[in-house]
Amino acid sequence: MEPVNINHYLLLSAILFCIGVAGVLFRRNAIIIFMCIELMLNSVNLLLTAFSNQHNDASGQVFVIFIMAVAAAEVAVGLAILVMIYRNVKSTDIDVLNKLKW
Amino acid sequence: MSALFTVFSKKPVYSVLYLIFFFFTLFGHYILLNAQFLAAVHLIVYAGAIMVLFLFVIMMLNLNKEIEPNKNIVSKFAAVISSGLLLIVIVSVLKHVDVESSKLNSQTDIGLVESIGHVLYNEYMLPFEMVSILLLTALIGAVMLGKKEVK
Repeated sequence: MEPVNINHYLLLSAILFCIGVAGVLFRRNAIIIFMCIELMLNSVNLLLTAFSNQHNDASGQVFVIFIMAVAAAEVAVGLAILVMIYRNVKSTDIDVLNKLKW
Repeated sequence: MSALFTVFSKKPVYSVLYLIFFFFTLFGHYILLNAQFLAAVHLIVYAGAIMVLFLFVIMMLNLNKEIEPNKNIVSKFAAVISSGLLLIVIVSVLKHVDVESSKLNSQTDIGLVESIGHVLYNEYMLPFEMVSILLLTALIGAVMLGKKEVK
């Protein structure tokens, strides 16, 4: 059993990011699409932390804090928009929202 | 694994619960990487705030039923195929990247509040203020969007 090094974290983050992409493409429910965006952001956070640990530099973890703040803001605004959409069209299915399609 | 369940479970509430489980595994990873402050912040912000927000919206909109009316097989197939291709591309690129694969530091104190605070308040002062303004804007925007229109 080899010790855990940075390559394992690279692989894990790639897998998590691709699961997030798959979720965004796969599901039709807007709330679950938000959750998958959270998944992708968290995989990036994990990788930043791993590199910050390896290089013994705290800047990476500071960036993780920034990403967390931006993610929190994004989720708050996104869910507010979602509540508005639900009030208007009575659904969170994104296929209903095709008014902007040309 | 629980990330997969997040994507594929039918009801939204169940996928929120799997997402909470996923956040707890990430919490364990942060602890293992000696990022104690980040672990605490992650637990508070994600598992505390964001998940409560998701659950609250789902409960409020009463969405806990399987609303997947048009199962378009072709688009789901295309989604799985394209994300798998993305995974293959990323992994094969990472194979050629020459990272110095030394062991991770197990004895380091950069994850503690003190060192993070030094970097945050010395080098990243301006971005920190920007983030606080961004959070304030998001707060006001969410309240503005969320309230019912005054006729």
